[in-house]
Amino acid sequence: MSWLEVKDADVYYGRVHALRELSFDVEEGEIVCLLGNNGAGKSTTMNMLSGLVRPRAGVVRWDGTDLTTAKPWDIVSRGLIHVPEGRRIFSTMTVHDNLLLGGYTVKDQRAIAERVELAYSLMPRLAERRKQQGGTLSGGEQQMLAIGRAIVAGPRLLLLDEPSMGLAPLVVKQVMEIIAEVNRQGTTVLLVEQNARAALRIAHRAYVVETGRVTLQGPAAELAQDSRVVDAYLGA
Amino acid sequence: MMQLIWNGLIVGSFYSLVALGYSMVYGIIKLLNFAHGDIYMLGAFVGFLVLSSFGGIPAAMSIPALLVILLLAMVVTGLIGVAIERVAYRPLRSSPRLAVLITAIGVSFTLEYGIRQLFGPNPRAFPVRLSSESFDVLGMRVSLSQLVLVVVAAVLMFVLAHIVERTREGRAMRAIALDPQAAHLMGVNVNRVIATVFFIGSALAGAAGVMAGAYYGSIDFLMGFVIGLKAFTAAVIGGIGNLYGAMLGGLLLGLLESFGAAWLGGEWRDVFSFAILIVILTFKPTGLLGARVVERM
Repeated sequence: MSWLEVKDADVYYGRVHALRELSFDVEEGEIVCLLGNNGAGKSTTMNMLSGLVRPRAGVVRWDGTDLTTAKPWDIVSRGLIHVPEGRRIFSTMTVHDNLLLGGYTVKDQRAIAERVELAYSLMPRLAERRKQQGGTLSGGEQQMLAIGRAIVAGPRLLLLDEPSMGLAPLVVKQVMEIIAEVNRQGTTVLLVEQNARAALRIAHRAYVVETGRVTLQGPAAELAQDSRVVDAYLGA
Repeated sequence: MMQLIWNGLIVGSFYSLVALGYSMVYGIIKLLNFAHGDIYMLGAFVGFLVLSSFGGIPAAMSIPALLVILLLAMVVTGLIGVAIERVAYRPLRSSPRLAVLITAIGVSFTLEYGIRQLFGPNPRAFPVRLSSESFDVLGMRVSLSQLVLVVVAAVLMFVLAHIVERTREGRAMRAIALDPQAAHLMGVNVNRVIATVFFIGSALAGAAGVMAGAYYGSIDFLMGFVIGLKAFTAAVIGGIGNLYGAMLGGLLLGLLESFGAAWLGGEWRDVFSFAILIVILTFKPTGLLGARVVERM
């Protein structure tokens, strides 16, 4: 059995069938990427893992925890942290308070302080702006803050939803490097991206999701060469 | 002159305490809780019940007794606030804003006329006489009990500001006010934090109710209606959702009323103060300390 296992998951929004028997798995230590177009079901998958929506059928299990019944705050305190699409940082709170809020479920004050320092050392730009309001940061800095906030929560499995959205190519590269570094330090990453080129560069494996099901899967390097992926997601 | 300021500060601190709950609840779930003024009334009636069940309290003991009753009333009104949120507002959290607003008005009438059925329509004398022992400071005639009321109000506001700005729960409150779903993703139990906000806000209103009962000497089932509107006004003037705004707005309204009554006569008091408030809002529609956030995507 895999570390994170999603098997035949069905999710509905009202009468919209968003996920159709979706199955995939993630092993500890990996960066796994879900590729797909708008509306393919990638964000729904993330929301299902973090407990925001519940599957109507199927198995969602992570490291011995049944994610279909666990409370969202229990999921967070066990180390599954979801960085949502659009960053969703707290705009009128300072950078520092945003980071501290990431440690909401962490009881150990020293661990929080250490992880805040870790976030600042990974992203020195945040340290320079620690007293500024989150909403005054640039898009790339806001994305870094969203990742930093998740780091303070102590992630073992980090879900990142479209971290490259709206960022300039150079900034996308920086953000991807930060994600790769977080992974090297021991955090497993599940990455949802429309920017397939950037994502496949750092991912180990990838799944292609279309209309709520997995249509292709394999090592990232192979998928990057696969003509179906190249045509649909990488362009010329 | 100084006397007018002092009188304004006393009344203003009641307004501030009630405005804080209004502002906090609005800030966190964007609900204008029209039943909030009635929590103030309930606080006064809880104090009334406890005091009457003790029989008379000697004047020398009136201040310590009042503090004990204040605490008791805060706990009771806080729990009532939590219960109201649970029963009347939470089930409607995702309904259109107007539905919850109507519910709040319904809760308000339920509390007012429920108390009327229990205690009758006539005003009741608040059974504690504050000692009128007083002294002169800076040309103001200040009684010891007035001083105690103002200090208690200030301490409550200070504690609240500390909770909201420096503690983990306070950070969660601010986060929910900005983006409840993102707060949820950070592991915040949103319902529990909202309940906490209702507890704190209601307890502050309850405290103000007890203090007002002791200050004015009489209470009735509709006493929360007008102060509810005034506290709402104070919260908007200060910048709704902003704690310091609510404090400032309350004190400002108290001062305006005090000066208006002295300069133009009591019957012109509200005309004067509300005319000035309209002018303030004309120039500063977000309120004195209202948030104008710099946002960039």
